[in-house]
Amino acid sequence: MALLEIRNVTRRFGSYTALDNVSIDVEAGEFFTLLGPSGCGKTTLLRMIAGFDLPDSGQILLDGKDMVGIPPEKRPVHTVFQTYALFPHMTVADNIAFPLKMAGKAPQEIKKRVNELLERVHLPNFGNRFPHELSGGQKQRVAFARGLVNRPRLLLLDEPLGALDAKLREEMQIELINLQKEIGITFIFVTHAQDEALALSHRIAVMNRGNVEQIDEPSKIYSAPRNHFVADFIGKISVMNAAVMEAVPSHLKLAIEGLGEVTAPAREGVEVGDKGVLAIRPEQVRISHPSNESQLKNHFRGKVHDFLYVGDVTTYIVELVNGAYIEALLPNSAPGRAKFFEVDDEVTISWRHDAGIFLNDPQ
Amino acid sequence: MIKSEMKEKQLARLLVSAPPLLFLIVFFVAPSLIMILTSFRFPGEFGGLAPVTPPSDKAIGEYGFTSDAYQFFFSDFIYTEIFLKSFAVAFGTTLICLILAYPLAVLIARSRKHLRNLMVLLVILPFASNFLIRIYAWMIILGPESALSHFVNTVLAAFGIAPVTLLFSPFAVLVGMVYVHLPFMVLPLYTNLEKHDPSLLDAAQDLGANAWQRFWRVTWPLSLPGVFSGSALVFIPVLGMFAVPDILGGTGDILIGNLIKDQFLGTRDWPFGSALSIMLTLAVLSVAGLTTWFARSASGQRAT
Repeated sequence: MALLEIRNVTRRFGSYTALDNVSIDVEAGEFFTLLGPSGCGKTTLLRMIAGFDLPDSGQILLDGKDMVGIPPEKRPVHTVFQTYALFPHMTVADNIAFPLKMAGKAPQEIKKRVNELLERVHLPNFGNRFPHELSGGQKQRVAFARGLVNRPRLLLLDEPLGALDAKLREEMQIELINLQKEIGITFIFVTHAQDEALALSHRIAVMNRGNVEQIDEPSKIYSAPRNHFVADFIGKISVMNAAVMEAVPSHLKLAIEGLGEVTAPAREGVEVGDKGVLAIRPEQVRISHPSNESQLKNHFRGKVHDFLYVGDVTTYIVELVNGAYIEALLPNSAPGRAKFFEVDDEVTISWRHDAGIFLNDPQ
Repeated sequence: MIKSEMKEKQLARLLVSAPPLLFLIVFFVAPSLIMILTSFRFPGEFGGLAPVTPPSDKAIGEYGFTSDAYQFFFSDFIYTEIFLKSFAVAFGTTLICLILAYPLAVLIARSRKHLRNLMVLLVILPFASNFLIRIYAWMIILGPESALSHFVNTVLAAFGIAPVTLLFSPFAVLVGMVYVHLPFMVLPLYTNLEKHDPSLLDAAQDLGANAWQRFWRVTWPLSLPGVFSGSALVFIPVLGMFAVPDILGGTGDILIGNLIKDQFLGTRDWPFGSALSIMLTLAVLSVAGLTTWFARSASGQRAT
């Protein structure tokens, strides 16, 4: 039995459907992420798990027990809020002690647990400070400590890293992973940042307009998106209109208008004559000088339309002979050279026969 | 060029600060000094003050400076008693205002925006009509023939208790005081409560706090600065108020404000009136000082 079972949950606000028949199981000890753009229903779902909102229909079960009618203060679920929501009139120690006091724990135990958590989040001498005396990252750690101190069955994290700058965010991501590993409490993490979701999670539920589009491990979500939305939302991807010419268990043969024939990995349920798109990640696309004859099956001529230099890599946007654009990622591994191709350079674009994915869901 | 600009700036600053400074000197500093001087003089025979120098024709009568007024205050305990009673009334009024105003302020602060403005308007609406008229209205409401009096006495009679007079009693004074000063408590409380971050209450609830714990551990401590400023705005004016006890109180319900008023308009003992005023001012200042100190030590721990 899963720790948390969300069964056919629907929630409407007037004529707007925030959650449409959503079902998710979260296992004990998991770092589970709800990922999606704003308005996809992830925050509504989080509030329901915490108890601040109730489903119109469907059930939320924790340890097999229906949570309906149990108010937030009685649920063994704590939340780390996006704004931290630390109590400004209490010291760091009092903030962390708060859930223990509410649970009626003995003073000695409270003291012991608070010190333990302060150690764990690397703020051992910060107990007597007030929240306004802390930096953003320190406040964040106090919020984690406060959420974890009373050992909830579930810790909900509502975009907790959203307010931090990029560098600190990366640090906190690593700390968060370690913290979850050490403490072993199940985390449900809400974010709209796909890189964060990929880096942190054991499993991700990609949500869109009140629906769950795909639940999978990060690598599956990235490499085998189930549909257009997931492919487009996670990472960068180029798409080209394609029709299926041949569908055999080992591979697909696709016809791309104005370009020619492409070999793509096989996919269940795809039949000859299906129309859809070939989606391919920039890092799977090779870009080379036209004089170097490519050994790969899928190779085409194109012209550099534009490029984006971001330090470690350069992304080239190449216009193919049929007018479609494809992105190719080139690592800047050779020292001293910012890029290899200029705008309007003739190039060869190629990719492996097992790269790319054919998607034929209605867009 | 820079020098002339600086001079211009200085001149501008002087021009801007001059009117309020002048106002304070003429209407606060000067009168205060006059009061202090007056309190150390002898009263004149028919009001006013006795001369400072001996009258030229005959050397009888009092003249010069004296601390008689202050000695007189401490010679009879009744004056200290009136002082203490005034403090008790001020304290009681403040407490009742706080108890009545707090839920109202919470209600306003948690209402929707356009409703909030309407409710604040309703709180300050009584200021649109004259203060004395509003007090006189209470004479009618509390009068012996009023519906309220009839109702109260009917209820009391049912329990076999003799009828009471509501008007001209300490009760009427307290009602009037609370009525007049309630908005001064509601507004600072509302201003404070409105700024509270609602996510703090969510966090408290999420972490296991029930409704009472959320109030006592989050809302109340965060609202203390509002509580202190509201209390000061009620306590201080009540201490000097004479109109309400004059109109609604009985003969035994005089407060320090009435006593001072009487010295100038009735008994015509200007020095004693001045001495009382100065002692009241000192008392108010010390209360205000204490309140500020408490408020600061309570809010010194909060982020702003």
